[in-house]
Amino acid sequence: MILVWLILIPFIGGLFCWRAERWGDKVPRWIALATMLLVLITTLVLWWQGDYQLPKTGSPEAVRWAIEWHVPWIPRFGIDIHLAMDGLSLILIALTGLLGALAVICSWKEISNRVGFFHLNLLFILGGVVGVFLSIDLFLFFCFWEMMLVPMYFLIALWGHSGSAGKTRIRTATKFFIYTQASGLLMLVAILALVFAHHASSGVYTFSYLELLGTPMSETFAYWLMLGFFIAFAVKLPVVPLHGWLPDAHAQAPTAGSVDLAGILLKTAAYGMLRFCLPLFPEASQAFAPVAMALGVIGIFYGALLAAGQQDVKRLIAYTSISHMGFVLIGIYAGTSIALQGVIVLMVAHAFSAAGLFILSGQLYERVHTRDLRLMGGLWGRIDKLPVFTLCFVAASLGMPGTANFIGEFLVLFGTFPVAPIVTVLASVSMVLAVLYSLLIMQRVHFGPPQGEVHFSGLDWREYSMMLSLVALVLFFGFYPQLLVDTTLAVTNEVHQLFTSGAVGAAIQSLAEAR
Amino acid sequence: MLTKTDMMALTPVILVCATAITVMLGIAWRRQHAVTVLVSAVGLNIALLSLFLFGELGTVRTPMLVFDGVTILGMGMVLVSSLACATFSHAYLDGYPGAREEFYLLLLCAAAGGMVLTAADHLATLFFGLELLSMPLYGMLAYTFRDRNSLEAGIKYLVLSATATAFLLFGMALLYAQTGHLDIPGLVEGMSGGVGPWALAGVGLVLVGLCFKLSIIPFHLWTPDVYQGGPGPAVTFLATASKVAAFIVLLRIVEAIPAFHGAQAQTLLAGLALLTMLAGNVLALLQANIKRLLGYSSIAHFGYLLVAIVVADKLAVETGGIYLITYLVTTLGAFGVVTLLSSPYGGDDASALHHYRGLFWRRPYLAAVLTVAMLSLAGIPFTAGFIGKFYIIALGVEAQRWWLVAGIVLGSAIGLYYYLRVTITLYLMEPGMQRRDAPNDWGLRAGGLVVLLLAVLMILMGVYPAPVVHWMSLLSLA
Repeated sequence: MILVWLILIPFIGGLFCWRAERWGDKVPRWIALATMLLVLITTLVLWWQGDYQLPKTGSPEAVRWAIEWHVPWIPRFGIDIHLAMDGLSLILIALTGLLGALAVICSWKEISNRVGFFHLNLLFILGGVVGVFLSIDLFLFFCFWEMMLVPMYFLIALWGHSGSAGKTRIRTATKFFIYTQASGLLMLVAILALVFAHHASSGVYTFSYLELLGTPMSETFAYWLMLGFFIAFAVKLPVVPLHGWLPDAHAQAPTAGSVDLAGILLKTAAYGMLRFCLPLFPEASQAFAPVAMALGVIGIFYGALLAAGQQDVKRLIAYTSISHMGFVLIGIYAGTSIALQGVIVLMVAHAFSAAGLFILSGQLYERVHTRDLRLMGGLWGRIDKLPVFTLCFVAASLGMPGTANFIGEFLVLFGTFPVAPIVTVLASVSMVLAVLYSLLIMQRVHFGPPQGEVHFSGLDWREYSMMLSLVALVLFFGFYPQLLVDTTLAVTNEVHQLFTSGAVGAAIQSLAEAR
Repeated sequence: MLTKTDMMALTPVILVCATAITVMLGIAWRRQHAVTVLVSAVGLNIALLSLFLFGELGTVRTPMLVFDGVTILGMGMVLVSSLACATFSHAYLDGYPGAREEFYLLLLCAAAGGMVLTAADHLATLFFGLELLSMPLYGMLAYTFRDRNSLEAGIKYLVLSATATAFLLFGMALLYAQTGHLDIPGLVEGMSGGVGPWALAGVGLVLVGLCFKLSIIPFHLWTPDVYQGGPGPAVTFLATASKVAAFIVLLRIVEAIPAFHGAQAQTLLAGLALLTMLAGNVLALLQANIKRLLGYSSIAHFGYLLVAIVVADKLAVETGGIYLITYLVTTLGAFGVVTLLSSPYGGDDASALHHYRGLFWRRPYLAAVLTVAMLSLAGIPFTAGFIGKFYIIALGVEAQRWWLVAGIVLGSAIGLYYYLRVTITLYLMEPGMQRRDAPNDWGLRAGGLVVLLLAVLMILMGVYPAPVVHWMSLLSLA
């Protein structure tokens, strides 16, 4: 039941925020903050109490999930409200709670009109994301996956920044929505085809994740279905040819929207690949892995190169996200235990560093009222501690040892090497580009010739504590990533085993064909 | 000869006709708007109740009508939408300077026609039902005839509808010439030895006639103008009851008559479906008038629904039922809001998109209803529309009609653009321009309550669809 509450708390909190607007602007903010902290604390308590290093035994049902909740929903098609939590979902929900709270805090001053409705949307997004991380019924998963787009759309369209000419925020929001919804429908088709394939072999309609694992299918059919899932996740991750929505959405979303988008929404895609795409179609994924890794490498280079050429701070950070998600994609499709652990660490680390950079650029915008790099420069020493924090997060983002990002990227590369050495080499080379764009941020914003003499107001305690806690987290997980690895060990091992079994299966099939 | 069971099955139709006569006599005696609405509503409610009572009878076949699960469902939907239209028109016609009471008379006659149509088992009843449904609609569409657009809508619908009827009649004649039967079981029997060229032509012409009513592309040209020009409640009826009834009769004859099951006929139907869902969505993209936009959107939705006709198996009937219900609830909600904003009658309806700018900040609940309706039309999860879309895609996947599935996905993606456009308009900052607004106490009036109820239903069917799904899974054609 606690899982249901994890989903419901943000939704209920959101409704309260909306109605509480009549008592002033402050009330919705405090309610929203309290709601997100409640989610965070509940998750941390669950983390503290639960055992997430479950041993894998012969009967997976018995010990598969740490907490589970299950009621029938639409019996006609065997659709259940089936929520379950394991180490992976636990970490991501904790992340959601934390970044949700940060999103509320960072919009404390930025959002001043229709505060209640803003927080309604913000909390609905987070509720939807928690739902995505907890559902293991494919129908329910899809519902949450699509549902969270609606409040995100409102967030960008109503509180976003107007971009350059011809790029209004509504246009951007619509683009974001159509990209993700259309690709989501492909996933729905794939889900349904999978369910009917399962029905054809077993005579039972079910959308349950565990029961659909290992559905017998022909090779080509599985490949098509895998593509359906992959495209849906690839749009959201984003993988390079499908990334068109991301820079615009980031540039025009309010700070809270960017934080959620980079910190959590992109992670739902990686989660979907780890949880659904690989385990459901191990053989097809194995066959697809070279393509996916190639796309990952392209993404790393493309993101880094374009980031270096941007004039808009938030667009720049958005492109670095594309680059980092390239690593995640490579790690996932390498499929070794170490690479998968690296993926999880990198996901968490990127959430912190990207959220930090977006919050900083929001604070910068509140002071200098522009996001254009050409109009900044020489800000070091003119905005109190802000440049120092920027340096910290830029260092984290380029993967400096001591930060969690380093651990993540290192583990991904280390784990990928035995499987795909060339990919590893190429990806390592791209680290140079990461240094390039990271230094460009520092150089063009904070060093270089100053554009004016004005001294801007320093960070207040709200901004200061927000940044400080993020830096602390980045360093903490940089020195003690074992906490994340231990919690998700069972999951990464399981995915790894399925994926290797897929390789074996594919090999047997190709042998059989060769004969 | 009619038996007692037949009479019981016929009761809902008889009750609606009796209400129509009562209303007519009442008007002749004394004009009273409120009383007329009350009598119509009570009559429709009793008919609805009797439908539930006699729904237990099982399949009943009278010489010209058949009462099976689908009929009960169709009649129920026609009655519900007539009820909603009656309450909307009460608010809408409140300020109308001319005679107001006759509108309900027309509405009741059209409802009776729709009910007959859903039960039609004989080409004569099919024709009778269709005409009884259409004739009053001409009057309803042109009801506010001092407004040029309304008159234009009525006349346009009259002329084109008459043409379609001519096709339909010619088709029926050809079918009769080939088989010597007019009842559907007889037709099926007559074609058992093979479908002759005349029967095929006849079937095709009947299809054209019905496709016109459903505004399947390329027979859709009347739709946008009529939707835009007609008064709100009349268009609501046209978009819901009329289309639902015509769809059910189409489903019935396509399932029954073997001429539709050949490969060529299937390809033709699939082509129509694909064309309708794609072109309907594309044409809606640039509309600046919400009623026109909803018109094109309804074209697209019937494109999706045609998938059920193409596949035509057990699951197809279930899918058709589910989709019709979700479409009905959603469309009633959307048109309900438009009608409430245009009432009381004051010339043109509030149908330009800019009338809706910032509605959320003036009338949050009314805007919320329209938002939910738009999301439901777009098929976003946790609204009724998603369940419908889920079923349609499931049907396409099950039958492995990948082209149609691709069409649905593409159509939905295109459709999002204009649904979102309408939705976001509701939340944008208010401009200083003159605007239309609902009366302050809209939420307490019958129309307002109905709209709120519909919104709750949309959410409820999205969140907890199990009862509806269960009901529909029991559905079958006789």
